[in-house]
Amino acid sequence: MLHLYRREVSIAAATAVLGLVLAIVSPGYFSLQNITDLLLANLPTLVVALGMTFVILTGEIDISIGSTFAICSVVAGLLAKAGWPIALATAAACLAGAAIGSVNGALVAYVRIPSIVVTLGVMTALREALRWSTQGAWVQDLPPAFQWLGLSQAAYPVVATTLTALMFVACAWALAQTAAGRALYAVGSNAEAARLVGLDTRAIKLGVFALLGALTGWAAVLNAVRFNQIPSNTGIGLEMKVIAAVVVGGTAITGGRGTAAGTLVGVVLLGAIGPALTFLGINAYWERAIQGAIILAAVAIDAVGRTGARRIARAAAAPV
Amino acid sequence: MEPTAAGPPLLEARTISKSFSGVHVSFDVRAGEVHALLGENGAGKSTLIKILTGAEVPDSGSLALGGQVVDHLDPTAAHRQRVAAIYQQPSLFPHLTVAENVALALERSGVWRCVDWKARRDRAARLLGEVGAAIDPGRLAGTLSMPEQQIVEIAKAVGADATVVVMDEPTASLASHEVERLFRIIARLRSQGAGVVYVSHRLQEVFAIGDRITVLRDGQLVATRDAGAVNAEEVVRMMVGRALNAAAPPHASAPGDVVLDVRHLSNRALGVRDVSLQLRAGEILGLAGLVGSGRTELAETLFGIVPATGGEVRLRGEAVRIEVPRDALRQGIAYLPEDRLHHGIVPEMAVDANVTLASLAAYSRWGLLDRAAERTSAARHAERLRIRTPDVATPVEALSGGNQQKVALARWLETKPGVLILDEPTQGVDVGAKAEIHGIIRELAVQGLACLLISSELPELLAMCDRIAVMRSGTIVSILSRSEATQETILERALGHEPAAPVAG
Repeated sequence: MLHLYRREVSIAAATAVLGLVLAIVSPGYFSLQNITDLLLANLPTLVVALGMTFVILTGEIDISIGSTFAICSVVAGLLAKAGWPIALATAAACLAGAAIGSVNGALVAYVRIPSIVVTLGVMTALREALRWSTQGAWVQDLPPAFQWLGLSQAAYPVVATTLTALMFVACAWALAQTAAGRALYAVGSNAEAARLVGLDTRAIKLGVFALLGALTGWAAVLNAVRFNQIPSNTGIGLEMKVIAAVVVGGTAITGGRGTAAGTLVGVVLLGAIGPALTFLGINAYWERAIQGAIILAAVAIDAVGRTGARRIARAAAAPV
Repeated sequence: MEPTAAGPPLLEARTISKSFSGVHVSFDVRAGEVHALLGENGAGKSTLIKILTGAEVPDSGSLALGGQVVDHLDPTAAHRQRVAAIYQQPSLFPHLTVAENVALALERSGVWRCVDWKARRDRAARLLGEVGAAIDPGRLAGTLSMPEQQIVEIAKAVGADATVVVMDEPTASLASHEVERLFRIIARLRSQGAGVVYVSHRLQEVFAIGDRITVLRDGQLVATRDAGAVNAEEVVRMMVGRALNAAAPPHASAPGDVVLDVRHLSNRALGVRDVSLQLRAGEILGLAGLVGSGRTELAETLFGIVPATGGEVRLRGEAVRIEVPRDALRQGIAYLPEDRLHHGIVPEMAVDANVTLASLAAYSRWGLLDRAAERTSAARHAERLRIRTPDVATPVEALSGGNQQKVALARWLETKPGVLILDEPTQGVDVGAKAEIHGIIRELAVQGLACLLISSELPELLAMCDRIAVMRSGTIVSILSRSEATQETILERALGHEPAAPVAG
């Protein structure tokens, strides 16, 4: 059974090695304050990455999530300022995200435009629309009822972590144990075969885009409540970070293969590395380069390992 | 024709072995002979062929070309030595034209060389003419049907002036008249002194054109014999290591009520027109016809892959609308498609998940899958259909072709259909598995399943079917009873020169 999770285990091991080095060289990394900061900063990434895992499993991709994230943040912030309760403002952000995701999904599934093109267009259009409508102004003076989801600053990390953990378990469970999860793998691995077995491949694709949008809305709220203002450039580059985490976690960029657990370890590794550089005394400018190197390594290991794995499987299946 | 011609073999493999696939054999092909290579799926034919054409490097042993040992054969070197290969799956570039595909195989490359487009087109047209195919060299390869692509591959090999041509099941997707054309080409290659290595599961073909026959089993050489010195039964015994019921026993059950009643069905998009047929419970109705006659298209219409544009489909007396495959499945129609790789299996998924994929609702409750039930069911199918797999958690892509096909079949049986449409169910499947699949289909019919069997192999249709419908130009032109049907009558109807007028079946 362990060989099925080889990728997850090896990424977790790499993260552990990184942790060990940090523990020796720079124990300050593991201060409660730093760990809490890291955790809170990466919870939204994990939420979006789980949604992205669904989309990539079906063989599609969504690079518009950074812009969606910005729109949802602004929507939640403005509504909160207008006096909406936090629950309603959050729901509105999720709905806005789901609406954008549905547009992406409809264009991909029903108009049959490649998702990279659709979401590239949507990414730019939304970012420009936001810039135009806000005139670059930040959403400032968020009400106290919005900050920390209206909780105390001590309670928030516990609540947010618990909610995200539950969400992770739900996603992992859905992928492994439900008919809907199975359908995602089928669509991503062989869309034509999936259609022949009666799966509505178009509705499934629309669904995963909408779900990713809704999760992006929730992530935007989890992120926004940590500050008392929302910068107009929020979410820029989020798509790279998220897609990187999913791919590093072993999800095939061509679809059909991957797990939620993989995405979790991918987010942890990439989330831990950036700040680690500072603690190790390496110039933070290297962060991107190192992230890029990790992604390339992950994809290369995947390509090499896959040929090997297939040979082994074939030899095992061959008559003795 | 002198099978044991003098002179060194054109291409010789001396005790080569490849450890991961367990192959350990010697093999040669001489000038002016057709050397047939036989064996069940997984016997090591493909590995041997890949080594002969330089696609894979053996772990030990050596290769000799014209008596000279070559240390290292890669595809480029093989090409230079005029060793050409035609694989089971055509490997054309889909976004390039036919002429460009031919040019890529034949023209010397050079970055700054100018392209003479007209010469390219002319040569492609000439080669295609030589192999007797009317394919426009300007068409994109991706728009060609499988048989057409295979014909372009053959034209490439002919144009390469190859001294050794390796053909891996070249007839798998060809109709009988195309097969005959291919045989004429092979005969010409042989008379020009080329050596042909010919891999096929169809024994009649092997005996029709083979000079020598080599049988592999489990990676080992069983025997190499002159074709005249063995008969089909012996060859089959060598291949499977046991005797098979050679002739399929005609199945005896009396057909029951009409299950599927098709009236004047048309599909403008697919060129299906005015098809009428009736299929009874327990009946196997064959669908014969040349490639392009509309057999697969009829199946695709019945299964809702492309919805019909006219006519009526009745199931057990009730008119049904089938717009998408889901509708067909709900009505108890299942369809095993022709193109296993693209339409059948989900390669990365485990055997059990593939088996239950079309009936997930039966294996889930409120959307939650019953994994244990899935495994049990898949194991049961694996045993019944004799699917060779280490366990049901193995990804299907790791299985051999015949076993993949059985997994695909198991998936459709799992939907417990009333009507089963089988499109070339034994294409590219070895003799043993083929006999097993035939047995399964017959057993299903006895249990009352109504089967529509599409096949380009006439002996298969004749052995399996109660009646055979012959299609031409998108419609059924003739329906033959078991007693009327012979290879000749079917071919005559399929080729027929008078305009194709629909008949009701």
